[in-house]
Amino acid sequence: MNAEAKKALIEPIVENNPVILQVLGICSALAVTSRLLPSLIMSLALTAVIAFACLFISMVRKAVPANVRIIVQMTIIASLVIVVDQLLRAYLPEVSRQLSVFVGLIITNCIVLGRAEAFSMKNGPWLSFLDGLGHGLGYSAILIIVATVRELFGTGALLGYQLLPLKSAGGWYEPNGLMVLAPSAFFLIAAIIWAVREWKPAQKEEPEFRINIVHRQEVS
Amino acid sequence: MPPDATAPETAGQGGFFSRLPADSPVRAFAIVIAVCVVCSVLVSGAAVVLAPVQKQNALRIQQRQILQAAGLFDPSAGVEQQFAQVTPRMVDLATGEYVDTGDPVDFDVAAESRDPGSSQAVPEDLDIAKIRRRPNAMPVYLVEQDGAVETVVLPVHGYGLWSTMYGYLALEGDGRTVKGITFYQHGETPGLGGEIDNPSWQAKWTGKQAIDDSGRVLLQVVKGEPRGEGVEHQVDGLAGATLTARGVENLARYWLGEQGFGPYLARLTSGNEGSGG
Repeated sequence: MNAEAKKALIEPIVENNPVILQVLGICSALAVTSRLLPSLIMSLALTAVIAFACLFISMVRKAVPANVRIIVQMTIIASLVIVVDQLLRAYLPEVSRQLSVFVGLIITNCIVLGRAEAFSMKNGPWLSFLDGLGHGLGYSAILIIVATVRELFGTGALLGYQLLPLKSAGGWYEPNGLMVLAPSAFFLIAAIIWAVREWKPAQKEEPEFRINIVHRQEVS
Repeated sequence: MPPDATAPETAGQGGFFSRLPADSPVRAFAIVIAVCVVCSVLVSGAAVVLAPVQKQNALRIQQRQILQAAGLFDPSAGVEQQFAQVTPRMVDLATGEYVDTGDPVDFDVAAESRDPGSSQAVPEDLDIAKIRRRPNAMPVYLVEQDGAVETVVLPVHGYGLWSTMYGYLALEGDGRTVKGITFYQHGETPGLGGEIDNPSWQAKWTGKQAIDDSGRVLLQVVKGEPRGEGVEHQVDGLAGATLTARGVENLARYWLGEQGFGPYLARLTSGNEGSGG
């Protein structure tokens, strides 16, 4: 694998993460992360969709006229999402019920269309596939971290196995009710963004506006 | 599939497309149609190939809900083995007698209700569950102990706020006391009406007296924790889901009543008190 391919695959995981740097795909990250198992399946579904969507879109990119390109991209993405949804319904019915509409909503996930439009329309199929895979993995990494924290501290369990014995069942752990609610995912993602930007200061953004402070003495 | 995946940037696409100008509407149409055809073959192929597996899963989910309503479900064992302790039978709703028409295990109540040959319209003034048509015969699921019916699980459905809710209502062998209620399909608002799936709400139904000695249905969904007169018939509603909870009350009242399983339950009650047959 050459350097360029490696970059396409590895960079989106930390350096250019779709969730914490580009701040895309937040809504599903809030919705499905209260338990680890649905988050893993959601990560897998999104990674498969984005990798293959990028591959197919890159394959047809030269044939597609520019004025209908978004429609073609959406058609390809939507078809892949439906196929993935059908597969989940067939082989993982329980998780599929838990994820409910969120698998279908991968169609509108900005990461997928964003990569299709920004990268796959300009690069070859292999590179686009790796780029899609990398972004899927970047999204998955954040989802898995958030879901692990939320399930562990929200219910004392991981993947359904009770790790911290609950007070209600005679143990010592009082579950943190906030963790099962969607806002906790906001706080956790914010904390991850903060931590990663301290670790890699290059990701810090300059403020777009500064409030001009006028001192009273200067005015008078 | 798309033409020429690996062709270099400068090469033409070859054949028909290369002779058309890049921005011609014909070319755009042709390509969009080609993409759509490929995608629809993919999507419908997946739907057709996976349909039998999905149907099997839907059946498993229904069977699990039957077991859950009857209070028998053990998550550590397979649904299929556990379902073996249940005896499915078909019941003619009008007479309340067991019949041998149709398959009580794989029973699609929505499809049966549409079929004019096996269903009838419900008179409008009696249609409290707003189902419009009902099948002539419905399945019941019996759990028997030493020859006597211990639990009877009735399939029920009715309209909530947005959707028809499909579920099961389990009664004790006396045909009067509620043992459990579950739903396997509905489209109520998640977090509000969707709370009908919440096991702690479903648990509130257990032990309620649904029917009095004369066969009148007494079950009621009320606002707030029931107290005083009639607690044994009343169930606390769902905050923020008044219409859904009312829908559940209506479907329970409908299916336990004269238009639903009423005749069957009367027969079951008298049968159990009498010879035990």
